[in-house]
Amino acid sequence: MHIPDGFLNTATAATTYVVSAGGVGYSIRQANRKLGDRHVPLMGVMAAFIFAAQMLNFPVIGGTSGHLIGGALAAILLGPWAGSLIMACVLIVQCLVFQDGGLTALGANVFNMGLMACFVGYYLYRAVVSLMGEGRRSTLVGGFAGAWASVFVASIFCAIELAVSGRSPLGVALPAMAGVHALIGIGEGLITSAVLAFLTATRADLLGLQKV
Amino acid sequence: MRLKWWHVGLLIALGLALFAPLASPWPDGLERVAEDKGFIEAALEPALEIIPDYVFPGLGNEALATIAAGLVGTLILFGVGYGLGALLKERR
Repeated sequence: MHIPDGFLNTATAATTYVVSAGGVGYSIRQANRKLGDRHVPLMGVMAAFIFAAQMLNFPVIGGTSGHLIGGALAAILLGPWAGSLIMACVLIVQCLVFQDGGLTALGANVFNMGLMACFVGYYLYRAVVSLMGEGRRSTLVGGFAGAWASVFVASIFCAIELAVSGRSPLGVALPAMAGVHALIGIGEGLITSAVLAFLTATRADLLGLQKV
Repeated sequence: MRLKWWHVGLLIALGLALFAPLASPWPDGLERVAEDKGFIEAALEPALEIIPDYVFPGLGNEALATIAAGLVGTLILFGVGYGLGALLKERR
């Protein structure tokens, strides 16, 4: 869902840059108050894992592929503030070094796949866990739901940005983007739950770090 | 030296990068919509290319070039993530 240069008009690109810069700045202040010794290597591992996993496109339907975004996973493990910062790092490096996502669209990409994916994924995960009670089952179900919704909501914001930029009317872009990403989101949910299941089995202590 | 949990985590991430040549080459969700709805031509080429399309330049074999790009990116992001964490933790 990395928007390239040329898709967004100047007003949309500028607005999303300002909003994302503000969001990242606020995330830095919030994460700063919460990070401890053990978060530091986890931030490195999460950034590395999300970058590598994002390269692994999986086929969905009709000649379309998808890949993990990772915002929900990062936010579930690190909290939404540090999670957003990790996503911003991944998106900035992808943009500057790998030319994936345009420089002019970086603000929109950080907004959609960083801020929105992390906050939607995290709070839906927390809602499911508090409804079902703490435990392995609620972690996996909440992880799947949060991850699916993170992709779905990010695609809706992406469609709105495309529509506002005059690329495609909202009535066309929104169902198209939301439809295909409802499917890609299933992959996001499965991968996120699989990683959470692996961590529950091996290093359950790492799952509690986001509450610090 | 005994392996710590985050050494294992980094190794898993680097291991994933080795599978990058097997990734589906099909367009992703946004590219698909842009093609179907007729605005894919609006995309502009980036002004400066460093490792475009996750293919490390100058390596003959495309699978190897993809793996090289994946390993380089994974290491860069481990450094950036770790560095950011260390910086934020210290400036409290």
